Amino acid sequence: MFSYTIFIMLLPLLSFIVLGLAGMKMQHKVAGLIGTCSLGMVTILSYITAFQYFFGLDRVNGVYQTFVPYNFTWLPLGNLHFDLGILLDPISVMMLIVISTVSLMVHIYSFGYMHGEKGFQRYYAFLSLFTMSMLGLVLATNIFQMYMFWELVGVSSYLLIGFYYPLKPAIAASKKAFIVTRFADMFFLVGILTFGYFVDSFSFNFAGDIVMGQGTTPFIEGNLAKAVAAGGFIIPTALVLMFIGGAGKSAMFPLHIWLPDAMEGPTPVSALIHAATMVVAGVFQIARMFPLWIEYAPQAMSIVVWVGVITAFYAAAVACAQSDIKRVLAFSTISQIAFMMVALGVSLPGHHGAILDNHAQLGYMASMFHLFTHAMFKACLFLGAGCIIHAVHSNEMALMGGLRKYMPITHITFLISCLAIAGIPFFSGFSSKDEIITACMEYSPVVGWIMTGIAAMTAFYMFRLYYGIFWGTENKEAHAHHTPHEAPLTMTIPLIVLTVITVGVGVYTTIAGFAEWGGSFGSFVSAAGTDYTIHFNMQIAATSTVIAILSICLATYIYKGEQQPIADRLYATFPKLHRAAYKRFYQDEIWQYVTHRIIFRLVSTPIAWFDRHVVDGTFNFLAWGANEAGESIRSWQSGDVRQYAVWFITGSVALTLILLCI
Amino acid sequence: MLVGLWLAKNVNQVRGVMVTGASCLLALSVWLTIYFIQERAAGNTAEMLLTYSTPWFKPLNIAYSVGVDGISVVMLLLSSIIVFTGTFASWQLKPLTKEYFLWFTLLSTGVYGFFISTDLFTMFMFYEVALIPMYLLIGVWGSGRKEYSAMKLTLMLMGGSALLILGLLGIYYFNGIYSGNYTFELTTIAANHCIPGHIQNIFFPFIFIGFGVLGALFPFHTWSPDGHASAPTAVSMLHAGVLMKLGGYGCFRVAMYLLPEAAQDLSWIFLILTTISVVYGALSACVQTDLKYINAYSSVSHCGLVLFALLMMSQTAVTGAVLQMLSHGLMTALFFALIGMIYGRTHTRDIRELAGLMKIMPFLAVGYVIAGLANLGLPGFSGFIAEMTIFVGSFGAHPLSGDPNTSFRMVATIIACMSIVVTAVYILRVVGKILYGEVENKHFLELTDATWDERVAVICLIFCVAGLGSFPFWVSDMISPAAGTILESIGVM
Repeated sequence: MFSYTIFIMLLPLLSFIVLGLAGMKMQHKVAGLIGTCSLGMVTILSYITAFQYFFGLDRVNGVYQTFVPYNFTWLPLGNLHFDLGILLDPISVMMLIVISTVSLMVHIYSFGYMHGEKGFQRYYAFLSLFTMSMLGLVLATNIFQMYMFWELVGVSSYLLIGFYYPLKPAIAASKKAFIVTRFADMFFLVGILTFGYFVDSFSFNFAGDIVMGQGTTPFIEGNLAKAVAAGGFIIPTALVLMFIGGAGKSAMFPLHIWLPDAMEGPTPVSALIHAATMVVAGVFQIARMFPLWIEYAPQAMSIVVWVGVITAFYAAAVACAQSDIKRVLAFSTISQIAFMMVALGVSLPGHHGAILDNHAQLGYMASMFHLFTHAMFKACLFLGAGCIIHAVHSNEMALMGGLRKYMPITHITFLISCLAIAGIPFFSGFSSKDEIITACMEYSPVVGWIMTGIAAMTAFYMFRLYYGIFWGTENKEAHAHHTPHEAPLTMTIPLIVLTVITVGVGVYTTIAGFAEWGGSFGSFVSAAGTDYTIHFNMQIAATSTVIAILSICLATYIYKGEQQPIADRLYATFPKLHRAAYKRFYQDEIWQYVTHRIIFRLVSTPIAWFDRHVVDGTFNFLAWGANEAGESIRSWQSGDVRQYAVWFITGSVALTLILLCI
Repeated sequence: MLVGLWLAKNVNQVRGVMVTGASCLLALSVWLTIYFIQERAAGNTAEMLLTYSTPWFKPLNIAYSVGVDGISVVMLLLSSIIVFTGTFASWQLKPLTKEYFLWFTLLSTGVYGFFISTDLFTMFMFYEVALIPMYLLIGVWGSGRKEYSAMKLTLMLMGGSALLILGLLGIYYFNGIYSGNYTFELTTIAANHCIPGHIQNIFFPFIFIGFGVLGALFPFHTWSPDGHASAPTAVSMLHAGVLMKLGGYGCFRVAMYLLPEAAQDLSWIFLILTTISVVYGALSACVQTDLKYINAYSSVSHCGLVLFALLMMSQTAVTGAVLQMLSHGLMTALFFALIGMIYGRTHTRDIRELAGLMKIMPFLAVGYVIAGLANLGLPGFSGFIAEMTIFVGSFGAHPLSGDPNTSFRMVATIIACMSIVVTAVYILRVVGKILYGEVENKHFLELTDATWDERVAVICLIFCVAGLGSFPFWVSDMISPAAGTILESIGVM
């Protein structure tokens, strides 16, 4: 059963090796086709897996079983061991669908977008590497395997952000992305070490019975008992350390600084890595460790909630003031991922004993649901932005405006995705976001209302972006020598596919949510693995829809016209606020100051100086001393017999005297 | 057993002889490894295999006795790979080619001899044999302030040797007194295990520091940046790749194996020093501007991690330490080979003067990126498995009698973990600066990419690094029992 899943990982690996070794000698088309075909097969296999997993198997007591088709010891570590394997459970199968779909779309899209670029083969090689690593991450059977692939996705991201390596900003951005996430990963590693040491296992089999081939491995509760005995704070500490790692990857405040800069990479890469898949790894990690969080560290979950709330608000505020379309989307991504984090954080156990009651189910399910829908519409938005950049050769909103006439397909798909992210009923974002807000309301009305407010900001800045690109004044100067045109078919087809998914999922889940049908997202993915029927809370749904529509109207009122008197007046009234938001509230400068001024100037440089002058100086001084001593003794060896005689006699006399005295 | 076959005949076809010799050595080491694995699989559990012993100085019971266990086998394999690739890396070396290779060979003889000896005195002799050629190799064929560096390196290492011989004589003498059997034989002394604790405490620092100088133990590492910076390519490769491992190997095989109580009592002091080495080396590397200095400090950090893991005295950590020796040996050799090739073309190693090499010499640049990623511990390369084994092993290490408190080892591990971030900083800084970007110096545009002999060296090393990183279990299975046997005899397991 599921033995074919190994090819899901092997195919992209193979394509990476082939493209990496022989790619440079291939024609662009051949290289692209190798990458795309292998990914196409991966996608087909993923869909077969999902179909078989969700529909082909009987659930035991209504719970989806966890399968481990492969698991072998890669590196023995004393009584621990580092395994590689494949684990299938609802969330990993769901992630398979997300990753393979978006990745395939990006592979196809890149044919058009990267057409004629130098290093086309290299690009496809890195895409394959990334896809392989990301699949390895979600299919991991243990936390160490997750960490391993976590590092690999980090490096693929580094290589892809720095794809345009002759350009200075790309180099700086790739370096920053890698180092910031590495910094977070250090905490992740320490968390893993702590966890491994106290729990005596890296495995994920705490969630329930795992079917390994034929036999079953029992729940590792005994091991956890050891950790609990060592002190109740051990598991929460380990989990929070791992969360810091996740926060780095998922760009939570204040470790988010790398993501906006990562937009220096090619746009399809931003869609795949920095919107749909890699950046949600942190959310996925928490979802993976969720049984432990909820059982052993419920208090620590408030950290996740508040980090999420702050990030969501901060990123939404910054997104309102950016002028580079990819940056707006980047901050929007940060804000949306924070929504997922908050949703996970608010899924607390209802009361002692009943661990996974309805309440806990809701937040977890909503988070995963939002992860799914967000991946689709955000990838669509990014790919749409790629078409626009392709057409006008710039990222700046100022050079756009009025594009709807030239790029009808891009326009429609972009608009639908904006409606989805704003949370309008019948689009996928509505269902998932509404569930998140409901979960927050149940957790605490304060969080709930804050999140509703942020959702309103989301609708506002997305429509500001939309109107800025497709409406408003056409920039005649920029278009003088070259009229914008619709993108080629390879680029528009992925847009259409993603939009269809967004609308299809949206329509079905909205109706299912109101009518309380089964078969919606909750039937597949839920914290307990059981069938969870989504039903909307009418009050909350109505409120958030009205608020979303109001803020869209507001954005329309301010930004739709050819002239934008209100926007200009707002800038004039609050220049400082606008400037601060535009500068991302100076987060980058603060980090820059800490790293450059403090670490480089005040730590590294003195250490290097200390090494050369003090430590080395000591040894040079010793050498000098020995040399000097040698020099001074040298005169004694003069070869002068009379001098020797004098010394000899003096010495003998002294010796005799000493002996006499004794 | 392995060596001395091909010392004499370096006449005209020096390169030919050198390649044949190095290939023979490599083949022999591979054969040895396979033989060793088969023996072990066949159930031969003797501590040392392939032992041979013949006395050569009766009055003091000095014998030429050799033998290998899992640790020495992998070290021999490492040395052969480095010698093999080093030969290719110094293909185009001009003046006095024959003499150069002669000394180079002598150096490797010393290294091989050291790893296979089981007699303290023979071991020490080979150790000296490995050190002396260094002076000439750097002094004659080096670059920059070569006389100064060669002198400094030799003097500091000789200082280490002086401490070492004192320590060795101490072991010999006191073992003789308490057991009545004066011998230099390593396993016998360990089996006697009769030197009292307070005497061990005196000699442990002598030996540990003696070997530690070579293993770049803070604060005795300062020969390393100057030495590496001045040494010719292949010598840097062999020195950082293999010679520095002599230090770690010696610390474990002599200091900790023969003086177990002292090791338990005093390890915390050295643990602090090595933790400093790890972080300090990495931080220093961040601000250097000479490529070789960066790598020398990086070696200080990585070799510090070797000693750090050895001192943890847990089976996993020691296995990790040997893996790290192997992995660092290969990676550093790769690095120095590439730096040598870049320097040979551009005539500068200053990162401020280099830029955009990716466009001019893509092969070397890609090699450099791979070396860099391997160095910062990317999964799939050897660095990752070595570091992870070390961290997991050290974090779970049992507190020993001398430790200031029970969580001391955990804290030290967490501090050492910081190095993974700093390593990323200095590696990416260099990669971004010298490889990426636009070409600034127009003269560089005329430079060529790697020649075939250079490609052989680079590909061979990358292959080894990736191979070890992808299939770590067979090496780990070789090392781990050997480490276990020794730790058991020390009594910490």
